[in-house]
Amino acid sequence: MRRLAGVAGLLALAALIVLGGCGKPEFSDAEKKTIASLALNTLPSLKPDTTNQYADLPAAAALGSTLFFDVGMSRDGTVSCSTCHKIDRQFQDDLPQAVGVGRTNRRTMPLAGVARNPWFFWDGRRDSLWAQALTPLENPLEQAGNRAAFAHYIKKRFGERYERIFGPLPDLSSVPANASPLGSDADKAAWNAMPAGQQDDVNRVYANIGKAIAAFERSIEPGQTRFDRFAIDLATGSKPEGDAAFSPEEILGLKLFIGKANCVTCHNGPRFTDNSFHNTGVPPVEGLPLDRGRVDAVAQVQADPFNCLGKFRDGDESACRELRFMVKDGVQIMRAYKTPSLRGAADRAPYMHAGQFTTLDEVVAHYSKAPLAVEGVSEVHPLDLSDRERAALVAFLKTLSD
Amino acid sequence: MASVWRYILAGLGLAALLAGILAAVYLTLPQSAVGPDTSRSKKTQNGLFVASFEPERGVVRQGDLQSWVLTLKTAAGAPVEGAAIAVSGGMPQHDHGLPTSPQATDYLGDGRYRIDGIKFTMSGWWQLHFSISAAAGSDSVAFNIVL
Repeated sequence: MRRLAGVAGLLALAALIVLGGCGKPEFSDAEKKTIASLALNTLPSLKPDTTNQYADLPAAAALGSTLFFDVGMSRDGTVSCSTCHKIDRQFQDDLPQAVGVGRTNRRTMPLAGVARNPWFFWDGRRDSLWAQALTPLENPLEQAGNRAAFAHYIKKRFGERYERIFGPLPDLSSVPANASPLGSDADKAAWNAMPAGQQDDVNRVYANIGKAIAAFERSIEPGQTRFDRFAIDLATGSKPEGDAAFSPEEILGLKLFIGKANCVTCHNGPRFTDNSFHNTGVPPVEGLPLDRGRVDAVAQVQADPFNCLGKFRDGDESACRELRFMVKDGVQIMRAYKTPSLRGAADRAPYMHAGQFTTLDEVVAHYSKAPLAVEGVSEVHPLDLSDRERAALVAFLKTLSD
Repeated sequence: MASVWRYILAGLGLAALLAGILAAVYLTLPQSAVGPDTSRSKKTQNGLFVASFEPERGVVRQGDLQSWVLTLKTAAGAPVEGAAIAVSGGMPQHDHGLPTSPQATDYLGDGRYRIDGIKFTMSGWWQLHFSISAAAGSDSVAFNIVL
């Protein structure tokens, strides 16, 4: 009997060691494939933007960079793009809602890889990087300017640089100092009194401002992280060394991210985003104006004279398929917001479209709990992750920042 | 006293062995998940047409806006011309629709229709549903695409 027990015990121990330890690979082939698809080395080279013929012109990028950091590009001379998109802070501002001339209702988005987006802003209310760049310039809560004033300013400050890139500036001598189809009643009245040809002239200068800024922003790309070094080693079969080695907690977090926690469903590809819009039940912020996300952005992007189908686009209409085939209605776009990239996310709290969550722990807890949406239907289902699992997910997310 | 411990140890050992064997069998079994029918050519619901659905450039890529070609033939094999085609779809397991609104944009001849604006934003089981109206009548067909 004693012998039998001893043999059984030894056999069992051997079986457990083989199955539980050495014999079992850390990641399955399917997991390895998913991990490889997230690594930065799979990011394709940036495609040309045919809607902006100046997109890859160094002189345009240089002027765009000047404009990006120039507080003269605002009504009161205190706000530039870089006020919220801070160069040393991943081009974001660490605030729950951006503050320009006034306080907005949305979180500033970081800019790494921004030129790869099909849609801009949290709700996709613009369809090109250059059309996006124009929007804060005239938003009364951001740069609060108007396009006639910007045209005059460009002529006065950067006329020569502008003309070397875009050709001769139009005659602005009879253009009012302040005029825009948006903005104050006085701005609108001044705009409406302008002949159509003059409006076109100003719009053309205005569009070119956006194209220059976009040319600059195309250079802002994500950098390699610990996760990428780990993923490359895993893909090539070499043992991750130094900071490329993951702790057991980080490995668990990565497994959850691409497995049980379903994060990779939307946060996929080397930018960790599907570039689409989802309702994930993120609660509204009390005191902010009604915000229904994508469902209200559809009409805005359609009405934008600087959208891809408008006359300020360069190249042909074949570049406009995202706009042409966008989802225009239905419950799935109610309170839907863009999937943000997770690269660098651990270093840029707070989170979500209006800074609803202060820490990544809160973010992960939200997705684990998956509360119902206040309007529309949340696509997220409860995960009931343990404390250990939630901490592991956060540990993994941090590897996308190191 | 000692013999009781021995029996407990033996019992535990045998249980662990059994668990180990079961785990070994389970882990080495092929994944026998029964996926949806992913055939690219099939009869429409009421048998009015034979429909084929293929990516126009041959490959399916996640995240890219793509055009596909829907080819419609009658049961006798004649190309179906002048069909009105409505496209819908989504991910049955995620309970959500398509991220874009694909449309039949061009007639390419020989019963072939370009369906443009298709985008698969995530891996998994996608379904595209076509409502077809032509001279022969109206019918529908659904294709499953698994990424």
